Amino acid sequence: MPWGVQPSRRRFLASASALPILAFAGGAMARSISGTLPWQAFAGEPPKPVNPLGWFFFTPDEVATVEAIVDRLIPADSLSVGGKAAGCAVFIDRQLAGAFGKSSKLYMKGPFANGLPTQGYQGTLTPEGRYRDGLRALNDHVRTGHAKSFAQLAPHDQDAMLAGLESGQLDLKLAQGLSTRAFFELVLQNTMEGFFADPLYGGNKGMVGWKLVGFPGARYDYRDHIEKHNVPYPKGPISIYGES
Amino acid sequence: MAQLLPHKDVVIMGLGWTGAILAQELTESGLDVVAIERGPWRDTATDFNIGYMPDELRFAIRKELFLQPAQEAMTMRNSVAQTAMPMRDYSSFLPGSGVGGAGVHWNGFNWRFFPNEFQAKTHLTKRYGAKRLNELQLEDWGITYDELEQSYDKFEYVCGTSGKAGNLKGQIIDGGNPFEGPRSREYPLPPLKMPYSSTLFADAAKGLGLHPFPLPASNMSKPYVNSLGVALGECTYCGYCERFGCANYSKAAPQTTILPVLMKKSNFEVRTECEVLKINLRPDGKTAKSVTYIDTAGREYEQPGDIILLCGYGLMNVRMMLLSGIGHAYDPNTGKGTVGRNYCYQTQGSAARLFYEGKHFNPFVASGALSSGLDDFNSDVFDHSALDFVGGANISCGTSNGRPIGNRPTPPGTARWGAQWKKATAETYQNATAIGGQGSSYPTRGNYLDLDPTYKDRHGRSLLRITFDFPDNDLRMSRYISDQLAKIGKAMNPKQMVVSHATKGWNSVPYQTTHNTGGASMGAKPDTSAVNKYLQSWDVSNVFVLGASAFQQNEGRNPTGTVGALAYWAAEAIRDQYLKKPGPLVQA
Ligand SMILES: Cc1cc2nc3c(=O)[nH]c(=O)nc-3n(C[C@H](O)[C@H](O)[C@H](O)COP(=O)(O)OP(=O)(O)OC[C@H]3O[C@@H](n4cnc5c(N)ncnc54)[C@H](O)[C@@H]3O)c2cc1C
Ligand code: SF4
Repeated sequence: MPWGVQPSRRRFLASASALPILAFAGGAMARSISGTLPWQAFAGEPPKPVNPLGWFFFTPDEVATVEAIVDRLIPADSLSVGGKAAGCAVFIDRQLAGAFGKSSKLYMKGPFANGLPTQGYQGTLTPEGRYRDGLRALNDHVRTGHAKSFAQLAPHDQDAMLAGLESGQLDLKLAQGLSTRAFFELVLQNTMEGFFADPLYGGNKGMVGWKLVGFPGARYDYRDHIEKHNVPYPKGPISIYGES
Repeated sequence: MAQLLPHKDVVIMGLGWTGAILAQELTESGLDVVAIERGPWRDTATDFNIGYMPDELRFAIRKELFLQPAQEAMTMRNSVAQTAMPMRDYSSFLPGSGVGGAGVHWNGFNWRFFPNEFQAKTHLTKRYGAKRLNELQLEDWGITYDELEQSYDKFEYVCGTSGKAGNLKGQIIDGGNPFEGPRSREYPLPPLKMPYSSTLFADAAKGLGLHPFPLPASNMSKPYVNSLGVALGECTYCGYCERFGCANYSKAAPQTTILPVLMKKSNFEVRTECEVLKINLRPDGKTAKSVTYIDTAGREYEQPGDIILLCGYGLMNVRMMLLSGIGHAYDPNTGKGTVGRNYCYQTQGSAARLFYEGKHFNPFVASGALSSGLDDFNSDVFDHSALDFVGGANISCGTSNGRPIGNRPTPPGTARWGAQWKKATAETYQNATAIGGQGSSYPTRGNYLDLDPTYKDRHGRSLLRITFDFPDNDLRMSRYISDQLAKIGKAMNPKQMVVSHATKGWNSVPYQTTHNTGGASMGAKPDTSAVNKYLQSWDVSNVFVLGASAFQQNEGRNPTGTVGALAYWAAEAIRDQYLKKPGPLVQA
């Protein structure tokens, strides 16, 4: 995953006149570059495909719930496999285990208060915490009503419950700043990311999402097709690691 | 204590578009220039590597190349009556970070502003009367289009811009934009090849008597060698342009146009991952003596310099002025002060989404600025006498990407998940296109920038606070534009069409544009502008403030063509006037 790529992998490139003060800046990445256009072969940072085995963030109960949710958001039918078989739960797990889950790039300083809708999310919880809180509250809610877990409900009951989360009619009473609707939006967004992102992130298995819509993926050169108006593109998708 | 470093002639904050232009121009005059850039060094082969650049999640959704709010955030509110809250993630607009700045991941629309926009107040008052402008706080820019023409030309030829002139030295040319200001020569490159959606749009518009033209694109329609001798390759219509660096050396960015020349000069140095904290003034407050910055190890340095250039992107420039006491902070209650005044954005809400059956729009065959558009309803091209607003929009239709996480249109009324969603998504992906109106944003007394009283950055310095909402004038404009979109859309014969317009309450969450303008506006008078016509601070004469912060208003266009032109214009003034006689170039 790109967030896992440590900046330290990046080389300190030769500099024609590096200021000594910067060279001494104990392991810091600050650099002085002058008199040269620094470039070095093989210095790129290709993304690392996720480990497909096991779970890095979700507990077994959470796995069951998330797999059930992604399979209702993207159900299996004649058009494609469902969200679970496409790897959406694995995708979300790996995202939550990385920088995305920790909001490490976001502004997370207080004071915290509920803002206006135009001011965006203002809660203290990072995506990790939002999933933990939301999934727990969802299953608590299921148990009070039906005495089962979400994963064990019949598909049409699952759909009804998801529709309740989406509309906000079902209020899970989540943490400060986190509405039930916002929790649903987070899960929906991440599920769609998993279905349509490059397969190296754990979802979109077999490029199923791209094949569904006819997106050619990482091809990067359409000069031969730009003037073929209203003509289907003849080639299937390829992924970053050359899956086709 | 900050460590005092040896003196430099010129110290630049930020090495994006404006920083690269100023550094290139001033090193040509033999000056010793250092740029202090808070992001990393970036080059095409390493950082925009073709092997992994086409990654929508990493670059477009997780926004890897952008400024992260943990480093510098901003707060926002819609009016002074509200309490501003931090935008915990950037999403309405996405500031750049690192060498190249937002020039790395822009689309490449490279426009000139309309001549009359530089004298908007005078021009519109004369034509429609002062009463029409009541709600607005328009000012003239203190400069004319004719003065800037050569600088526009310079930027377009450094960038290698694909387009068709519509006005060559006053002569109207077929196929170009007949409403543009006169240009001294043709674009450096012919237009990009147009996609299906753009040709449908252009045909429909012509049928309605309108004047479509290929929008000016700094994506290369052909291999190009720019005016500095740097070679760029042909655009492959790869569809990973906006939010991405170009792996093909086909999009104009500092990396592909200026840095290959600049970086080899011994009188230029860039210090990366070094963040400017403050500009230090001399005791009399009339000149600056140095810049304080911090590196990633947390060490502070003081870099003295004769000339200090703020090239950190408009919003960052304004914050740096406020933090450093350069000029006087604007107060919306009294209308006094100029730093933070006339902050504007872009009115993006006008759109017509068109749905067809049995088509193949191939939305992935796309380039950053690949569009056909028209200016019949932009700026003051059309008569507003019978209307209740001023301003307008460029109207356009094209393909900039078909990446499916972000671009999965479905007809209105479709569920957002489940079996119905999936079927509609599969059917609509090839069958949808849209016409958009990029609308003007005019200044009001209550839209401004200042320092937030509560929220601080990681160094304990106040965040910038944005107080902004769409003025009623601009909302009326947006409705009018949407009516025009509906007419053009209808002529394109869709099966279904959905038309929308901008609404009150600027929302910081959905992406709109990274076209933030004003806050250190230029002008002829120090009581209504923070910098003079050469972008020199009225108050601190060896500080120049580059970027869209200099705009008095934003018209219905992307800003960077004008940002680039003003950068060349300011560089020339520094070289030809300031160096000969340092001090204020215009007497207040
Ligand atoms: C997604 C996107 C698409 C766009 N598309 C278009 C388009 O098609 N057409 C158009 O006209 N415009 C477009 N723009 C806007 C365009 O990119 C900017 O107008 C342009 O880059 C501004 O140039 P600048 O030099 O002012 O700022 P930048 O190019 O952003 O450079 C500023 C630099 O200063 C650095 N900096 C800031 N603060 C500090 C500090 N305190 N210390 C050290 N360094 C600092 C930043 O890291 C950055 O590198 C787009 C922008 C984005 C984000
Ligand atoms: S669309 Fe063209 S200019 Fe843009 S990134 Fe792709 S190849 Fe480069």
